[in-house]
Amino acid sequence: MSILVDSATKVLTQGITGSAGLFHSQQCREYGTPMVGGVTPGKGGTEVDGFPVWNTVEECVEETGANCSLVFVPPPFAADAIMESADAYESRGGGLIVAITEGIPVLDMVKAYDFVAKTKSRLIGPNCPGIITPGVAKIGIMPGYIHTPGRVGLISKSGTLTYEAVWQLSNVGLGQSTAVGIGGDPIIGTTFIDLLELFEDDPETDAILMIGEIGGDAEVQAAEYIKEHVTKPVAGFIAGRTAPPGKRMGHAGAIISGGSGTAEEKIAALKAAGVEVAESPADMGAAVQRAMA
Amino acid sequence: MKIHEYQAKELFRDAGVPTPRGIVCTSADEVAAAYGELGGPLAVVKSQIHAGGRGKGRFQEHPEQAGVVLVKSAEEAKENAARMLGSTLVTIQTGDEGKRVNTLLVEEGLDIATELYVAVTVDRDRRTPILIASSEGGMDIEHVAEHTPEKILKVAVDGGYGLHAFQATELAFQLGLEGKAVRAAAKFLPALVRFFLDSDCDMAEVNPLVVTGEGALVALDAKVSFDGNALYRHKNLDAYRDLTEEDDSEIRAGKAGLSYVKLDGNIGCLVNGAGLAMSTMDLIQLHGGEPANFLDVGGGASVEAITEAFEIILADPNVKAILVNIFGGIMRCDYVVEALLEAYDKVGITVPLVVRLEGTNVEQARTMLADSGKDIATAADLTDAAQKVVASLSA
Repeated sequence: MSILVDSATKVLTQGITGSAGLFHSQQCREYGTPMVGGVTPGKGGTEVDGFPVWNTVEECVEETGANCSLVFVPPPFAADAIMESADAYESRGGGLIVAITEGIPVLDMVKAYDFVAKTKSRLIGPNCPGIITPGVAKIGIMPGYIHTPGRVGLISKSGTLTYEAVWQLSNVGLGQSTAVGIGGDPIIGTTFIDLLELFEDDPETDAILMIGEIGGDAEVQAAEYIKEHVTKPVAGFIAGRTAPPGKRMGHAGAIISGGSGTAEEKIAALKAAGVEVAESPADMGAAVQRAMA
Repeated sequence: MKIHEYQAKELFRDAGVPTPRGIVCTSADEVAAAYGELGGPLAVVKSQIHAGGRGKGRFQEHPEQAGVVLVKSAEEAKENAARMLGSTLVTIQTGDEGKRVNTLLVEEGLDIATELYVAVTVDRDRRTPILIASSEGGMDIEHVAEHTPEKILKVAVDGGYGLHAFQATELAFQLGLEGKAVRAAAKFLPALVRFFLDSDCDMAEVNPLVVTGEGALVALDAKVSFDGNALYRHKNLDAYRDLTEEDDSEIRAGKAGLSYVKLDGNIGCLVNGAGLAMSTMDLIQLHGGEPANFLDVGGGASVEAITEAFEIILADPNVKAILVNIFGGIMRCDYVVEALLEAYDKVGITVPLVVRLEGTNVEQARTMLADSGKDIATAADLTDAAQKVVASLSA
């Protein structure tokens, strides 16, 4: 049964009346994800394209039994929206919060992370494409149809690069158990290590592909974790070998600072942990095949 | 967003972080007058650019002139200033092209007993702000971290409350401070952390932090940058942005909602998504080429965005070919090609253009490209795209 998402997942959208929130809620519903509606403060009681709207997450959860939030709230208010969801789920055993929003101030995320960490809920993102279990549910902005149900677990900091990897996997006949975008921000809720652990324990996952990039040392820590705890084959790719130091490459977290966080050090750590590293972004699907061989 | 030292110190003073007395000058005469006003006998004249290593840096026009100098008279101050202002300072961080110095900060000389290092930044692993301190002030902190990591102290900061006084005091003792200096640290450090939190800094670094002979703590240098995503709630900082320190194309891209970073190569890249954009650069290099830029055109890929992206790429005279790499997911490939063809005509592209598309409606999109009658090479896959664009350079 893949990770994080199952047939009992019920999703609400925070910021459902915004254009991106509505469009992607429609896309998720088309994919078959159980979407219960959404929340926009001040628009409670209305309806948008068949989605009922509530003023607060608490009200929505109380009436629908939703246990997962998809967050499209604009950056200045997104951290607060994340905390609101965690708070609403707390008396109901916790929930899954998937934050798509890009551009949340870092110090807002310091507070939101601290808040969520003290609850039973899990945060994915922010600044991520979301999570998909092919054929079951899509909770995010990825194009659903490129995915195929299967047995490779995918973890990535990036959006389109993940689609590229999924495309390659599907082309070589490898479907995905679950694909998770963890986000390109400096502070994110769920890390490579958290998901490596879940995939390692998931009987439906046979191999793992992790896609990282320059900035921070999450990939190096993940490599250490893999060496100690992961028995399933792991392939990897790190973007940004050609990125100059001190420059942010699109993602807020993608920056080599003080000479650390380079692609080289991450690739070296992954290789040392026995991970099959794709040298080229065109080689990600094949790298998973080699890892599984 | 980075700001100048003199601006950071202005903000420090408002936040209760002590700095030396100083006067900002833009002419040699002002520098001479500033020396007089500060009262001597010693003053420091410091070049204001957005790069470190200024003390060891030298000017292109005056190879003997350092970027930071100690002066002992108004005449000496003026002579140095005349060489520095309008000249190009090259430091370890500016690259060979250097940076033009338009502003000088003249400061009083201090009675320095000890030099320390302190900085506040966000620790990604702990997901908290963190105060980093070292007794090795004035040194390059990365050098200290590599060779004597035991000399680097770290204190996790409560993002809501700030630094507790006891944390500051503990740290002061660990740094070897005594008496008055410990009490000064119990004020200085929490004030610096409070400034970091209240202003949404990315980094607030003081190197060196000086302990004077009288036990006072003073920020001798100040390096501050802000979280670009939080600038909307700090309108007062708009005035601190120095556009002359930024790349014109990067400013233009920012206005258009594109993410662009100029590099040194000759193959321009236009890509959707940051991760794929970085990978495309890597792919070009893997096949023997050199990328000219990072460019993430974003999810929209409208005619306007693609036109602007082409113009920004072509404004770089080094660009001899362009690779477009789009994974069309929700944004369909045929729509992207429509925008691409319109932008192609608008911009009037004369360098070889290789387009690699994958995703939704890709067959239809490839047909549209082939039927367009334009000199656009289509690539079958990522590797083919990189090989074709690199080959186009020698064609």
